[in-house]
Amino acid sequence: MKAEGRVFKYGDNVDTDVIIPARYLNTSSPDELAAHCMEDIDKDFINKVQKGDIIVADKNFGCGSSREHAPIAIKAAGVSCVIASTFARIFYRNSINIGLPILECEEAVKNIKTGDIVSVDFKEGKITNKTTGKVFYAQGYPEFMQKLIAGGGLVESIKKNTI
Amino acid sequence: MGMTMTQKILANAAGLDKVEAGQLIMAKLDLVLGNDVTTPVAVPEFNKIGKDVFDKTKIAIVPDHFTPNKDIKTAEQCKLIREFAIDHKIKNYFEIGEVGIEHVLLPEKGLVVAGDVVIGADSHTCTYGALGAFSTGVGSTDMAAGMATGKAWFKVPEAIGFELTGKFSSEYVCGKDLILHIIGMIGVDGALYKSMEFFGPGVKNLSMDDRFTVANMAIEAGGKNGIFPVDEKTIAYMKEHSTKEYKIFEADKDAKYEKIYKIDLATIRPTVAFPHLPENTKTIDEVKSIKIDQVVIGSCTNGRMEDLRMAAKILDGRKVKKGIRTIIIPGTQKIYLQAIKEGLVEIFINAGAIFSMPTCGPCLGGHMGILAAGERAVSTTNRNFVGRMGHPKSEVYLASPAVAAASAIMGEIYNPEKL
Ligand code: SF4
Repeated sequence: MKAEGRVFKYGDNVDTDVIIPARYLNTSSPDELAAHCMEDIDKDFINKVQKGDIIVADKNFGCGSSREHAPIAIKAAGVSCVIASTFARIFYRNSINIGLPILECEEAVKNIKTGDIVSVDFKEGKITNKTTGKVFYAQGYPEFMQKLIAGGGLVESIKKNTI
Repeated sequence: MGMTMTQKILANAAGLDKVEAGQLIMAKLDLVLGNDVTTPVAVPEFNKIGKDVFDKTKIAIVPDHFTPNKDIKTAEQCKLIREFAIDHKIKNYFEIGEVGIEHVLLPEKGLVVAGDVVIGADSHTCTYGALGAFSTGVGSTDMAAGMATGKAWFKVPEAIGFELTGKFSSEYVCGKDLILHIIGMIGVDGALYKSMEFFGPGVKNLSMDDRFTVANMAIEAGGKNGIFPVDEKTIAYMKEHSTKEYKIFEADKDAKYEKIYKIDLATIRPTVAFPHLPENTKTIDEVKSIKIDQVVIGSCTNGRMEDLRMAAKILDGRKVKKGIRTIIIPGTQKIYLQAIKEGLVEIFINAGAIFSMPTCGPCLGGHMGILAAGERAVSTTNRNFVGRMGHPKSEVYLASPAVAAASAIMGEIYNPEKL
């Protein structure tokens, strides 16, 4: 499992309300949610983001409510991976459970800027900043987690008996 | 490098010899829990999977938040989970008459023992760490998947140690004061992601009810779980309540803790958390007269026998101050009955309090004691966020049953030692 894309970089404590504002929670359609993803922190995000792009952020990404809509919106916007120094615990679980790969790596976060091209190998946890040539290591995903994410999340993977 | 108690339990449940902090594992579950708020969200997810439950005896469904149902919406939700429980022959589904507050009920029913791995779609699932089990709160999707597979994935937590020595200086100091003190010290994110591991010679001086209260509020410090070593008191409790086989795990001598806090229990004072965060603590000695309107004694934090006995001891022969609505709620039917047998209920009623059947009720601002704008409550529950017990302009002060009962008599937050 691999990902590669351009980086959108944010700071500390990006909360679930800016990832997907509560005023849009009257839908659970991934595409509709994606249309408002990051709207309150970065109006241009949804116009600029392309399939495969990567979000990089500092500490406590995804704090706030336990809504699963937040990782769903990010995933449906085409984002292939979120790299942060740390994630809020429930956001972390929810992301994996809906099949959005996320990695924690403070070193990488410090050394990646908006617009850099980054590639990620999930098995090894290897993060390469192709723009600068620097390589970082987060903890890789064990096989069952790779299958779970590739299978489209927890419910889908159990349904298909892939985990 | 050695493993902590939590890490050992997780390694065992994952079938691994060793795990380390940060590692992602798939672990076998001994129990999957849901309540009347979270189970209705989990059921449609479970149905998407299209499998039967993994084990009818290892799922607990406890409708405790809005029961007896307070309105049509909650009645519909309970109906949905009742039908689910019947369809899938869930053994540990608790209907009105048997139901109690989930985290008081499950240990009492013997459904959790030392060494177990438990997930619950309720944040206070961490309570069972008092028994030497690993238990943690998860989302409804996790509950659905857990019911279908009997497994859940975890990121193995780092640990913070709390080395306890000595014993409480008076009978008016209890586990609630200890955990409020800790949250005040480390903050509401002081243990984020981490396990809170309690140990040291002071543990033996904590009753099981104290330990349940302490483990219960690990989440208020951001913790993934809180856990106590298994000693004679734990074993006696398990023997009294359960026939399940338990397994004792001990932390390695060289287990790694990010930090160890040393706490002499004798230094703990009755402690109160001011609005609107559990970390806003003051000792009772620092509290200046704060007038109150309501007192709540109960919840998964302090609705156990020792809590009611303490409240009764203070209220015995006294009257709550006129105008102070004093609501006392036992955690389970068994505790309810015991309170009747011991004459506690008579004391409460004579003192001018009300005594209800078990329910979460006012703890989450559900029913049975909602606050109006500008009103203040002293409550033995675990959260005092904005609007937690009613109007966003109301205030909740968290305290022990002793402080709550003394406050009911005086009409202001009061030190029970001074009565
Ligand atoms: S008593 Fe309060 S904290 Fe405990 S389970 Fe019920 S609502 Fe949650």
